[in-house]
Amino acid sequence: MLASGFVLEFLKGPTLALQDFYLLTGRAMRNVVRQPHYTDDIKLQMDSIGVGSIPIVLLTGFFSGAVMALQMGRALQQYGQTGRTGTVVSIILVRELGPVLTALMVAGRNASGIASELGSMKVTEQIDAMRALGTDPIQKLVTPRMIATGVMLPCLTVIDDFVGMVGGWIIGKLLYDLDALQYWSQTWHALVWSDVVQGLLKPFVYSFVISLIGCFYGLRASGGTQGVGRATTQAMVAASVTILILNLFMGLIFVKYSGN
Amino acid sequence: MAAANLLEFDKVSVEFEAGVLVLDQISFAVPEGQTRIILGAAGSGKTVLLKTAMGLNRTCAGRVSLLGEDITDKPENQLFDIRARVGMLFQDSALFDSMTVAQNVAYPLLNQKSIQVPRDKMEEKVRESLRFVELEHALVKYPSELSGGMRRRAAIARAVVTGPPLLLYDSPTAGLDPITAHTIMALIIKERDMDNTTALVVTHRYQDGNLVANFRYNPDSGTLDPSGDRATNTVFMVLREGRLVFEGAQTELEACSDSYVQKFVKKPEMAA
Repeated sequence: MLASGFVLEFLKGPTLALQDFYLLTGRAMRNVVRQPHYTDDIKLQMDSIGVGSIPIVLLTGFFSGAVMALQMGRALQQYGQTGRTGTVVSIILVRELGPVLTALMVAGRNASGIASELGSMKVTEQIDAMRALGTDPIQKLVTPRMIATGVMLPCLTVIDDFVGMVGGWIIGKLLYDLDALQYWSQTWHALVWSDVVQGLLKPFVYSFVISLIGCFYGLRASGGTQGVGRATTQAMVAASVTILILNLFMGLIFVKYSGN
Repeated sequence: MAAANLLEFDKVSVEFEAGVLVLDQISFAVPEGQTRIILGAAGSGKTVLLKTAMGLNRTCAGRVSLLGEDITDKPENQLFDIRARVGMLFQDSALFDSMTVAQNVAYPLLNQKSIQVPRDKMEEKVRESLRFVELEHALVKYPSELSGGMRRRAAIARAVVTGPPLLLYDSPTAGLDPITAHTIMALIIKERDMDNTTALVVTHRYQDGNLVANFRYNPDSGTLDPSGDRATNTVFMVLREGRLVFEGAQTELEACSDSYVQKFVKKPEMAA
């Protein structure tokens, strides 16, 4: 009896948090079709979240593609199949590594950034001021971030995939003397439509995880600067873990229904 | 004929944690033209009371009526038009960091649907409001570039720019030096006397209430003069741990024998 009471008490907090998260998600989604639309804020966030993340996406993409080509080339060399490096690099990048690494990088940079920005606004009463001055904070702050991330993360993933393939090609050329035409034609032909759909659908889903988790923890921040720091860390950890969990389930769904 | 009540609390209770009341059965009414000074120690529920008056906090019991409308159970989106007719100064000013002073002051004009200000009149309104608080020179500055007193003045400009009939000031002098605090209180009195606004002023400094109750703004000299026989319509309230322990005029407050209430009253001879 005592143990069940303890378990119920223990579960109450996470259940309430989950309920609040779903409510926030619902309101943010509903605002997409409701007036007013803060288009200037959406553009500002697209610049901050999308354009601002290009440098880390370029670096991540290039080095992940390069190291994949390095290791795969070595493994394939044992079977005399070095020429297939482009195929492996392209499939892994487009299906899995590109979406996940880009999402993790953007989560590290932006889920925490959003949480700290909104958290600071919360603890300095700017969110209350916004409500008092006739603005719905979810409409003004959450929805623009959600839309901006939804548009920019798939674009960043495409950039990451391409730069990763370039990294793989450079390593293939330097270490395994791969022919450029062979590498790029294999890279291109290895991909089928379901890979492209998978490679774009995943970042689209992750974009909601990043923006909404960042906003959720930011808007729940309390307890001054310490609370903001806590919200920032929680947002980044929660977003990253959720992305990795979702990646497995989405991968399973695609394997089951598309065979890839 | 009695003036209409702009704000009315009827046995209002607020709780954030189950069983812990932050406001406990608070009842009072603020008629038009009255200034109400709310005194109380830190954590006594003063800020919660102001936020509840604006509908920013939900009540767990009782009714809140703001500008003649019962806001107790109104959903958030129906509160925006009512809030547009109330100005609020937050404790730490709550200016938006990412906006300039001018953008902060223009914010309610741009975002409140019920307020229709033509675009070409917008700058004039903002300048007028900033001129009122003597901050016209800081139009393009960001809040981080302003001193504490200037931030408070910019926040007052934002609160009064729409010309609301009711103003809520949350600790307007908290953390300010005596000279700046006097300047801020002078602005509050100026706003009251120039625009005949109703106000709630939350403070823990008795001298702020004393100033509001006994001085008037002189538009000719631009200074505060003793009100003399032109008594101001000022009422004092004292909160203790979420409960209203005193409500009345300044003379009644000074005569009150309650030891908690006495702590807030600094008699003129003691202050001298």
